[in-house]
Amino acid sequence: MIHPQSHPAVFAVLLLGTLGLSACGKEQAAAPAGPGEAKTLSAKTMADSLYAVMASDRTVYTRLIVNRLQNEEKIIKASEHWKDEKALPLPAQMFRFGAEMVAEKNAPFSYSLQSLWPVNRQNAPKTEAEKTGLQYVVDNKGQNYYAEETLGEKKYFTAVYADMAVAPACVTCHNGHKDSPKTDFQLGDVMGGVVIRIPI
Amino acid sequence: MATGRTARWYVLWALASLSLAGVLGDRLLDKTADRTVFLPGPMTHGHHSIELACGACHVEPFGGGPVLQEACMNCHGAELKRVDDSHPKSKFTDPRNADRVARLDAQHCVTCHVEHRLEITGPMGVTLPGDFCVTCHAKIGEERETHAGLGFDTCASGGCHNFHDNRALYEDFLLEHVGEPVLRPVPRLPARDFGSRWRTDHPKPPAIVPGHAGPAVVVKDWLETAHARAGVQCDDCHAAGNKPWSDALDHRACAGCHETQVEGFLASKHGMRLPQNLPPMTPALARLPMQTDAAPRELGCTSCHAAHRFDTRHAAAEACLGCHADSHSLAYKDSKHFGLWTAELAGDAPAETGLSCAGCHLPREREDTGDERRVHVAHNQNDFLRPNEKMIRPVCLHCHGLGFALDALADTDLVESNFQRLPAIHIESIDMALRRAEADRARRAGEIPTGRSH
Repeated sequence: MIHPQSHPAVFAVLLLGTLGLSACGKEQAAAPAGPGEAKTLSAKTMADSLYAVMASDRTVYTRLIVNRLQNEEKIIKASEHWKDEKALPLPAQMFRFGAEMVAEKNAPFSYSLQSLWPVNRQNAPKTEAEKTGLQYVVDNKGQNYYAEETLGEKKYFTAVYADMAVAPACVTCHNGHKDSPKTDFQLGDVMGGVVIRIPI
Repeated sequence: MATGRTARWYVLWALASLSLAGVLGDRLLDKTADRTVFLPGPMTHGHHSIELACGACHVEPFGGGPVLQEACMNCHGAELKRVDDSHPKSKFTDPRNADRVARLDAQHCVTCHVEHRLEITGPMGVTLPGDFCVTCHAKIGEERETHAGLGFDTCASGGCHNFHDNRALYEDFLLEHVGEPVLRPVPRLPARDFGSRWRTDHPKPPAIVPGHAGPAVVVKDWLETAHARAGVQCDDCHAAGNKPWSDALDHRACAGCHETQVEGFLASKHGMRLPQNLPPMTPALARLPMQTDAAPRELGCTSCHAAHRFDTRHAAAEACLGCHADSHSLAYKDSKHFGLWTAELAGDAPAETGLSCAGCHLPREREDTGDERRVHVAHNQNDFLRPNEKMIRPVCLHCHGLGFALDALADTDLVESNFQRLPAIHIESIDMALRRAEADRARRAGEIPTGRSH
């Protein structure tokens, strides 16, 4: 269980997540916190809530920033080499930069974006839970995968959530990338998964 | 009797130990004392000039790994951010990489860069055996046809990959620069713009005060400088901030207007002793070959930008050669780069087409501060020195094509001779990128069966 006093940063993020859920409403909902969960949270609830924030932000950036400015209004493109090309970071990069910043803050959880068809091979599943989980969310659309695993002598609650092609930009970029092992993604496909780990 | 004699020995031993502890303790706590005795071994070329400032790295007396890491990042963190470090710590704190970290703890700088072990220190201050890339990238030969069969010692050989800074080496960058000529049609460095920005901000500089007291040569020198034209008066340096007049100025007097340059200087090998409260660097302390007569010269702003002329052209080449006597420096005056430099100085070639020492080693940096875009001279040469591919973007590409630059920088004899011939070796990075791009094109055109999965 996650105690707010011992993990204030996580708790703050979780509260934000809950607020985000209230505001967005349309994203896949995390388990609502009941009255009995006011002081302690299960790892699953925490992971679900974190994911709600991540997924909402990711979708907002993809649809309202990248897809609108690049594909619809054609004002600025998004590029893997955004700094050199004075472009927008790709949604996957935006997500990864956030994950790296969280890691720099020594937050007591970590997250990453992975795929069975990664553009960067380092983002292929490595652990058994990742491999099983990523396949599970592809085979069971709309469902999440939860497991416990031990890595580096530490025990983790690991959650895997499907990462969908929410905008045409996702599909065109991945299908056109020379390092993409899969080139026939379609809008709405599961392209990979968000993996969240919480030490337990 | 025996017991008494033993007791006396114990007392003597205790007194000797206490005396030794007292002497060493006094030396440890006295920041002005010679602390060489505490060095567990000679330091790397990067740090040797501050080796007696133990606290620069050991910021706490009993600090372990995290404290050392903080010290590393205090000096090197900003540069790692600036170059988009390819292997940031956050990549290794992810639990999914716990197995890799168990084999190579790349979360900490000292895993690869151990200090005080000069006997095992290789290029770039790396103290690991040369096969460390294999720890995580053993399968690269299977994943990329172009890399099949390459030896473990070829990853970081010239022009391929660096652990931290790969801004001039990533695949799409290579492809963007395919087929570039050896020399660009208009080879030219970006012009410095400090003066023009100053003039924009100060359209009506204060009038030069006539009749300045002081030696005539000083006043004459000053009158011929941009300082005088910009209305920078004697008091602005010698009595800055309404302080009493001082003849003994140091970098702090310059920092009032040239803050960025002074910051760079203080982070450089030239100036890094000063923030540690050590006496200024001198050529006598250097490990590189130096001119004998320059040995006692103390380095500060005016050791290159001689007061009161502050001649940047002198500072850009002759000042360097006044101290540096390694073969690369000594060969400079026989190089084409020097020929271009003298032509520019003589007014026979356009501005910014000559190449001085500073043109490469203190490059013109384009910077966007948010408020303004500017081009300034980077004064921390460490940021661009090693691995030398770090110079490609800020230096070489202003005049040369990428392929030529990669080959030239990888040819160590050519570097030593200050580029007096064409490169004798060829780096295949661009060729490999082209082969992969062609294979991708063929795959999409259906010429090669796709390996896609679903």
